[in-house]
Amino acid sequence: MEITLTHYLVLSTILFSIGLVGVMRRKNMLMLFFATEILLNSVNIGMAAISHYRGDYTGQMFAFFIIAIAASEVAVGLGLLVIWYKRTGNIDLDQMTSMRG
Amino acid sequence: MEIYLYIALFAPLVGSLFAALFGASPKTLITGLVASGLLFASFVSSALLLGHVMNGHIVHVEMMTWIATGDLYIPFGFVVDQVSVTMMMVVSVVSTVVHVYSIGYMSHDKGFNRFFSYLSAFVFSMMVLVMSDNFLGLFIGWEGVGLCSWLLIGFWYHKESATWAANEAFIMNRIADLAMLIGIFMIYWNLGSLQYDVVFAHIGTLPLAVTTGIGIFLFIGAMGKSAQFPLHTWLADAMEGPTPVSALIHAATMVTAGVYLVVRSNPIYTLIPEVGTAIATLGAFVAMFAATMALVNRDMKRIIAYSTLSQLGYMFVAAGLGAYWVALFHLMAHAFFKALLFLGAGNVMHAMHDELDPFKMGGLKKSMKVTWIFMTLASVALAGIYPLAGFFSKDLILEVAFVEQHYVLYGVLLATAGMTAFYSFRLVALIFHGDERHLEHGIHPHEAYTFMLYAMAPLAILAVVAGMMFKTPYYLMVSELLPAAQYHIHNHMTLWIMIIGTQALVIAAIAYAYKKYAKAVKVDLKVESGFFYQLLFNQYYIPKIYDEIFSKPYLQLSKIAWKQIDLKIVDAMVDGIANLIYQTGESTHTMQNGNLSSMLRWMVVGVVVLLVLAVAFTVAYNNAVNLHAM
Repeated sequence: MEITLTHYLVLSTILFSIGLVGVMRRKNMLMLFFATEILLNSVNIGMAAISHYRGDYTGQMFAFFIIAIAASEVAVGLGLLVIWYKRTGNIDLDQMTSMRG
Repeated sequence: MEIYLYIALFAPLVGSLFAALFGASPKTLITGLVASGLLFASFVSSALLLGHVMNGHIVHVEMMTWIATGDLYIPFGFVVDQVSVTMMMVVSVVSTVVHVYSIGYMSHDKGFNRFFSYLSAFVFSMMVLVMSDNFLGLFIGWEGVGLCSWLLIGFWYHKESATWAANEAFIMNRIADLAMLIGIFMIYWNLGSLQYDVVFAHIGTLPLAVTTGIGIFLFIGAMGKSAQFPLHTWLADAMEGPTPVSALIHAATMVTAGVYLVVRSNPIYTLIPEVGTAIATLGAFVAMFAATMALVNRDMKRIIAYSTLSQLGYMFVAAGLGAYWVALFHLMAHAFFKALLFLGAGNVMHAMHDELDPFKMGGLKKSMKVTWIFMTLASVALAGIYPLAGFFSKDLILEVAFVEQHYVLYGVLLATAGMTAFYSFRLVALIFHGDERHLEHGIHPHEAYTFMLYAMAPLAILAVVAGMMFKTPYYLMVSELLPAAQYHIHNHMTLWIMIIGTQALVIAAIAYAYKKYAKAVKVDLKVESGFFYQLLFNQYYIPKIYDEIFSKPYLQLSKIAWKQIDLKIVDAMVDGIANLIYQTGESTHTMQNGNLSSMLRWMVVGVVVLLVLAVAFTVAYNNAVNLHAM
């Protein structure tokens, strides 16, 4: 069976859904970061696939940018996470309610 | 000459603004002096303009464009002609005198500066009214004097009665002003201009019905300002204001604005003599009606106010019969002696500690000699005894009625002249003669400040000489603009009988008033409890009737509107909207619980909603494009 654009897009959609559910359901901050990474990378897959099938490299370039930005984001985010853990002893999302409206 | 026009017009405004600067501070003498000085400048300019006009020149300036849209063009234009210069002289003379007098009269009042600000603003409005060269400018001045009148009647605003009187005057005038505005609209609608010269040149081309409508509506406006029946009740109540205000506004100037309007619009009224006759009839009715109320009243200022009302009736008789110059002449003479009478009453009030009932006074001629002389002079002039001002102006109106063969009007006016003499001298006798009844109330009267008496002196001189000296030159001047008609009774016998008869009647009335009131005041209970006395004493029950017919139903209507419409509909709607927003906030503020997880969930919901919308709009747009293409 030949692998077509549709397969890639279906994969991308499945990954995006998994990521979205993760973002919504997870209470562990670290898991939240993982879910975010899944979201970003599902989009990367879609971009790279469309770019390949259209013969236009803009999408792949964009995917690289996203990877770079995701890496820096995770670097900053993990740093903050470590400080938070040192302060409070947990990384439970439900405990972070100091910005209550 | 234009510079004098601007000085005459704007000097009072400058005085008003200057006094307003110190409006909130306690008495500063400088405001009174500056305001009076600027009014004197206005008077001097008016006098110079008078000389200019008497040489046959008219000053007409267009200061600036006011309204210019489409076909509508109304400038701020001012004209000094024979009629307006007469009014300017009256206004500036009386107001200068009243300003100087007020420095003394108001000297112990907390609102001294505020008073001068209002008073000068009034003079400015009055000047705009008389000098404007179009109907709309006149209307602006008309409303300006109305506003200043409201401010000054309610000057002592802490008194319930004063604010009530101020509102009454203002509301009654609004009713009449609406009619006047309709008249002005009709003029513009039919002639396309409001400039006096254009309107009067073309008024003859209109159908008679339209001209009649214009004449009636303008006259209703005049009725409000000049307090003619049935809009007369405000004038007597307006006596709540300080006495100089009564002298300036409610005797000499503002209330005569209605007469001025009719005189100014004489080309309109000349075309419709039926309306003129109606005006004259109403005038004669008011003259008698007011005089009868003055016969029995027990309030010094109200008596003089009714007298003013009565004299305004005389003026309207003259104007209605087409004797415009006679009306204007009586307006001038009346302004002088009536202002003098009011200022004299002000002196008496000060001496009597604001007591207004003349039955509680008496014998004041000992302590207030000059005031006594002034008020007697003014009363003699008002009664129309030769050779004082009233003889020349008021008896002239009687002659007009006679020559025009309106014998009923003549009879009414003659009887009114007798009453005028009686109530004037009843007042003088009660105040200045007889026992010193005020001593029972522990009041020790004193004469007013000397400079106040000097301030009144010009009016006293004018009250004596105005008729004799000014009649001929005045007639020669205004007859260039107003219809020149001499009212001579050709039969010498009739003339002498009329003059001597009138004089005899007036003197008899004066003698009767002195006899009845100058010695001891006997209260005749039989007369006082009689039907006519009570009818007159209660002002024909008209204030009560107005209260029952208009005020009370209106109060009921207002209560219904308040409780049913305002509270139940308008307020309910506004409160409903506010409550809806509050409740939305109450029920949705749980969203902001600070939990990152739930925030993320809301974010996802938002994204989904936006996505759905984007898809829906795209589909709809594509459908629309396809339909269009097909």
